[in-house]
Amino acid sequence: MDKHQTAIEQKHNYGIYILVWLALLILTALTVTVSGINFGAITVATALVIASVKSYLVLTVFMHLRSEMRAFRLFVVVALCFIIICFVLLFADYSFLGA
Amino acid sequence: MINQEQVVEHVHKDDIGTRMGVWLFLFSELLLFGGLFLIYSVYRFTHQAEFHVAAKELNVIIGTLNTVILLTSSLTMALSITAIQRKNRNLSVFLQCITILLGIIFLVNKYFEWMTKIHHGIYPGSEALLSKGSGQILFFGLYFTMTGLHGLHVIIGTVLIAVMTRFTFNGVITSEKYVKLEAAGLYWHLVDIIWIFLFPLFYLIT
Repeated sequence: MDKHQTAIEQKHNYGIYILVWLALLILTALTVTVSGINFGAITVATALVIASVKSYLVLTVFMHLRSEMRAFRLFVVVALCFIIICFVLLFADYSFLGA
Repeated sequence: MINQEQVVEHVHKDDIGTRMGVWLFLFSELLLFGGLFLIYSVYRFTHQAEFHVAAKELNVIIGTLNTVILLTSSLTMALSITAIQRKNRNLSVFLQCITILLGIIFLVNKYFEWMTKIHHGIYPGSEALLSKGSGQILFFGLYFTMTGLHGLHVIIGTVLIAVMTRFTFNGVITSEKYVKLEAAGLYWHLVDIIWIFLFPLFYLIT
């Protein structure tokens, strides 16, 4: 079991972390730039999409989800789904209630 | 007859179990902040204009700087785990110290941001704030609560990593057993992810 674990974890080297970090910095710059330009609902959606991409990068590379057992990725997906369901149901309610 | 000398001391080591436990804890943290994000999203939806006005008071430069600081601290944390995997104890300790330093700088920035607000009379319950529209009151209430709770997590994470640094230095964490460091790393990355969402939602409202 231990050898198997070590084999999985050795996949990460310094390079991939630095590359992902650079990507995260670029995405941050992108978020700030975009927020200054667009108008309306698109901006919120864009900001959230970029934030989600950044989170995806942190989750898969920094938090090792990519090299972890598949079960872990399933856990995270399920947890995220529940949170998203909370938001969807809440807004389904609020949109119909009005002010 | 079992030869007594052949009894081996069994050390319980379950790295996968440990990581699973940490992930479960992270999910509970997700719900904690998720609840606050839910509140934020509803009140932003119902007070869009006032949220926009209130958000202008926040300093985008400091916010961006703090984002870069936390992203870099996540990098150094991840690198420190690779370092100890490769038996490079000193590099790992050094990278963890950088992570702690970045965490402290984040907190110092937060402190200055908050002090500026409070100095201008904007804090939960203040007269200046209560005289504004309800949307602005909500915005700042959420701002102080969510960045405050996040800041508390940064403090906890920084202390945790400091403990791990000591462990790495005196050999409790080694290239064979470093799951403690991974656990602290996972917590720290979650703190980073929460800020990744906090930043655009509070600082970049157009």
